[in-house]
Amino acid sequence: MRYNVDGKGFYGEFGGAFIPEMLYANIRELQENYLRIIESEDFRKEFKYFLKNYAGRPSPLYFARRLSEHYGTQIYLKREDLNHTGAHKINNTIGQILIAKRLGKTRIIAETGAGQHGVATATVCALMGLKCVVYMGKLDVERQAPNVLRMRMLGAEVIPVESGNMTLKDATNEAIRDWISNPADTYYLIGSVVGPHPYPDLVSRLQSVISEELIFQLQEHVGRNYPDFIIACVGGGSNAAGSFYHYLDNHDVKLVAVEAAGKGIGTGMTAATITEGTPGIIHGSRTILMQNDDGQITEPYSISAGLDYPGIGPQLAWLGKTGRVKFEYATDDEALEAAFRLMRFEGIIPALEPAHALAALGKIKFSENDIVVVILSGRGDKDMASYIKYLENRSCKTPVNINM
Amino acid sequence: MNRIDKLFHSGKKNILSVYFTAGYPEVDSTAGIINSLVRAGVDMIEIGIPFSDPLADGPVIQKSSSNALKNGMSLRLLFHQLESIRSSVNIPLLLMGYLNPVLKFGMENFCRSCSVTGIDGIILPDLPPEIYTEQYREIFRKYGLYNILLISPSTEAERIRLIDSITDGFIYMVSSSSVTGVKQGFNDEQKAYFERVAGMNLTHPLMIGFGISSNETFAEACRYANGAIVGSAFIKMLEKEGYSDENIKKFVKDLKKE
Repeated sequence: MRYNVDGKGFYGEFGGAFIPEMLYANIRELQENYLRIIESEDFRKEFKYFLKNYAGRPSPLYFARRLSEHYGTQIYLKREDLNHTGAHKINNTIGQILIAKRLGKTRIIAETGAGQHGVATATVCALMGLKCVVYMGKLDVERQAPNVLRMRMLGAEVIPVESGNMTLKDATNEAIRDWISNPADTYYLIGSVVGPHPYPDLVSRLQSVISEELIFQLQEHVGRNYPDFIIACVGGGSNAAGSFYHYLDNHDVKLVAVEAAGKGIGTGMTAATITEGTPGIIHGSRTILMQNDDGQITEPYSISAGLDYPGIGPQLAWLGKTGRVKFEYATDDEALEAAFRLMRFEGIIPALEPAHALAALGKIKFSENDIVVVILSGRGDKDMASYIKYLENRSCKTPVNINM
Repeated sequence: MNRIDKLFHSGKKNILSVYFTAGYPEVDSTAGIINSLVRAGVDMIEIGIPFSDPLADGPVIQKSSSNALKNGMSLRLLFHQLESIRSSVNIPLLLMGYLNPVLKFGMENFCRSCSVTGIDGIILPDLPPEIYTEQYREIFRKYGLYNILLISPSTEAERIRLIDSITDGFIYMVSSSSVTGVKQGFNDEQKAYFERVAGMNLTHPLMIGFGISSNETFAEACRYANGAIVGSAFIKMLEKEGYSDENIKKFVKDLKKE
């Protein structure tokens, strides 16, 4: 089975570049150049240099002893939360800014939901001295004030988007409109494995550093270069795509993607795209998405601002359809419980996104000797308000019961 | 003969096509606006299918689109509203929209409904020519439906020829690197682009769209092409003045005055 992109930009029936003619030349330029650039010696050297010395890679693979005892299996955490800017997002932005430079672009645009990708983009633009414009839904601008300030401190212009529902999907539309209007000097630095071909392939290749490191780190830890399970959360799906990348053809590795179910499947308040969505076109790509019977794209919901995207990367849609990746989901409450469990067992405050991956640990049957890698894609600083609210709502004056 | 071909073969110059969003300003204003436009003397009408995520459109059409959806507009309802439109309207009618609602409706179902209703052509900016020829052209042919393709200032000559060989009826020539309804007036770069394309001796007629907002820009566009398309400016008028027969007549008269 072919799991990677084909010559026409498709993963099976998913993917492609469903873009208006006004974007054709830009997308074509990227399609024709991205592989040549990222496979060149000079790019690889520079990419590696910044990953190591700027982002702090390789990120540790950490054996979570107490969590392992709790679940009766061998759990390893891939610590993407320890990267510069606090998540895996920086892997992608470093890579794409180096591509933008090689294409001679001088102005960078990006979309952001919770602000993590926006901060990671503003960061590398400051690093390279390039102009940076970040589109962010007006509602998100209000909800994520600290990240808006971070971006502005780093020199980015943050433009609140007032169209549509004023959230991530509208910010993405607005970034695409900007690109249509500024085709010559501007590079669109997309934040996930979504959008028209070649973005899904491009971003998964840049994020594949995660599984590249797992190969030698697992060899070191367990004397075998592959695990039995890799569990990652998915919104658009970039940390999942990157951590699955080098294991797609190794069928001894079970790949698990965990979607955000929000208030629960069937409640209408969910971001579980694969579970509840249907095929369609979003942001230039054919994939599975949340839409109504008339083909209008609907607004997803999750407590985690990084997972509430109404679509999913086309490769992940294909991996789900072929059965190569098993999809699980976790609700807001399950994710919160899993987050507190990690805090109390391992002394790590995770972001709400990977808390969904952690929640799946309770839903899968493992044997005692299974090697289970969970991708801890980001840290929890940005989610303090949600965690505090959760504690208050539970009127918990005493420590949280970690066995709940 | 398809009504679009008939129009362009008639030798008519300065062809005016007007775009508006179905279900805007009111859910059942669609047919009334079409009839008023016909009475006002427009040559062709593009009926917009509202979509939640219109990524090639500027603020004016975005807003009309989201308002139409709030009004309860849908493709199903649109076909219902247009059921008897051909009893009063003889000019070409086109549907313009984005691919996702059409795919959800079903491409074959959509083409069949268009054919039954008397729709002559379709414009789907996010359906690339390559995918169209591979997957959908046969269905369009089966129902005698025209698919109109776009070119933009960044489309290279070789690709313009390819698009000319695939499009039906005419080529929709996007006037600038922008979304709809943003720019006003043409600069030298745009005029050079119009001249370049006009000089290519393409097999299909040209209609210029995006940024045609006044009598001046309409007249200017018609110097290089068979006609031009007005969208955002018309919707702005509907929003401000309302959709009475009189307002629409005045809008068209002002656009066309020599």
